[in-house]
Amino acid sequence: MSPPRPRPKLDQENTAFWTGGAEGELRIVHCGDCGQYTHPPRVLCRHCQSENIAASAVAGTGVIDTFTINHQPWAKDLPVPYVIARVALDGVPGVYLTTNIVNCPVDAVAFGDPVRVLFEEQDGIFYPLFERAI
Amino acid sequence: MAREAYITGVGQSEVGVRLTRHPLLLTLDAAKEAIAEAGLTFGQIDGVFSFPGKVNGYLAFSPVGTDEVIEALGIKSKWQMGGMEQPAQLSAIGMAAWAVKQGICRHVLCFRTVYEAGGMADPATYMPPRPDTVSGASQWTSPFWATSAACWTAQYAARHVHKYGLTREQLGQIAINGSKNAMLNPRARAITKAELTLDTYMSARMISTPLCLYDCDRFSDASTVVIVSAGDALDEIKCEPIRIAAMSGSVDRYSWDQVEWPAAYDAGRDLWQHTDYTIDDVDTVQFYDGFAYLPITWLEGLGFCEKGEGGRFIEGGTRIARNGELPLNTAGGQLGAGRLHGFGFAHEAVTQLRGNAGERQIPGDPKVAVATSGGGPLAAALLLAKD
Repeated sequence: MSPPRPRPKLDQENTAFWTGGAEGELRIVHCGDCGQYTHPPRVLCRHCQSENIAASAVAGTGVIDTFTINHQPWAKDLPVPYVIARVALDGVPGVYLTTNIVNCPVDAVAFGDPVRVLFEEQDGIFYPLFERAI
Repeated sequence: MAREAYITGVGQSEVGVRLTRHPLLLTLDAAKEAIAEAGLTFGQIDGVFSFPGKVNGYLAFSPVGTDEVIEALGIKSKWQMGGMEQPAQLSAIGMAAWAVKQGICRHVLCFRTVYEAGGMADPATYMPPRPDTVSGASQWTSPFWATSAACWTAQYAARHVHKYGLTREQLGQIAINGSKNAMLNPRARAITKAELTLDTYMSARMISTPLCLYDCDRFSDASTVVIVSAGDALDEIKCEPIRIAAMSGSVDRYSWDQVEWPAAYDAGRDLWQHTDYTIDDVDTVQFYDGFAYLPITWLEGLGFCEKGEGGRFIEGGTRIARNGELPLNTAGGQLGAGRLHGFGFAHEAVTQLRGNAGERQIPGDPKVAVATSGGGPLAAALLLAKD
């Protein structure tokens, strides 16, 4: 039995990100003025400081920018090894997500692999994990 | 003529694992050694700076703050600072340099005390409560069990492996070199008991690829003190002053996973904008090695080799050995001599420049050293010169 994932404390800035999975959406803060994305989410655009922003659904696909196979159990009973990856999101330039690559053996993961989001729900939080889309 | 800032006294407590001596007393030990070397009294100290200051939610990480040092050592302080929101650990020394250059302080006591091993014996006091929720920066990593900076640093290192071909045999030279030097450092005896061999390194268990057990520093208990003095106060000093010839810092967003490369590249490049010295003048480097990959980023960032060439630069370990062309982490670094959290690098740079390093003293008469700190998106560097 895996331990529960650490739970983000929901606030005005991050709620859309952590709950968007309820509607199957990966939501990233998007600027209505300059069109660029801000992540981690803020109440303003980090590029033009506009307050005309909204968390918007993005494609939910991307590529593996870098990754590590983690062997150290950082919590009691945490199954290892597992892949921690940084995913570059399609259509969201400059935004990366730290995530886990699931549903494949750890040694199947490679740089540049296309991936797609899937959500793992735990008590109302929808963790965006990714699986290979090959 | 602008005032200059000098490192004068340096001091260090016993370095151990699960020491029972109270961390404030470890700080006192280091402070006494530093003022004795400088020929000062606590009454002449008029500033106290630290990184990150007392961290009440996690005292093992930082059990002592500037307030209680001022109080307990009887210091009349004009200016003090402790805080996490600085480019990296050594920026506390950089800020002290500013204070003396501005004429606000004459002698600033800078310290970093760690109790990450000893604290485990009294978790109720020293360890953070197990959080039900995460917020701030950790919410973007912890939920995916990217719990440790080892995982975050591994992502940068893995990119270096992928893009430039860094090998484990090359990376291993950081820890192997550290262990060799630590064997000659009396204060590293609790941390390093034997020289690390390449065979042992290669067979070590992985923590987070490509980082293995020996690529990660080990929780330690210690205090390190560095005194920064104003150039016009040197007549009060009895030891050889070491000038802070330049300093640089960089924070490229405080998001480990939103930047492509560690901030060492920016801070490294910037350091040379503030000095007439060049990399050819550098006699020894003391590079932050909380994880073995990080010195590679400093080698490349400061320009000792091209980006991507760091692995080949350290290959075989001869170039970075004590008798090599660029002696690295001559006290053992954090991998060999304990997780002193940044201040150990300034301490050792000064010790080498003064010729006080005993058995591990590098040959010749070293005059210029670089000490660095930080990892990931934060970095701070000092250029130290005997001139």
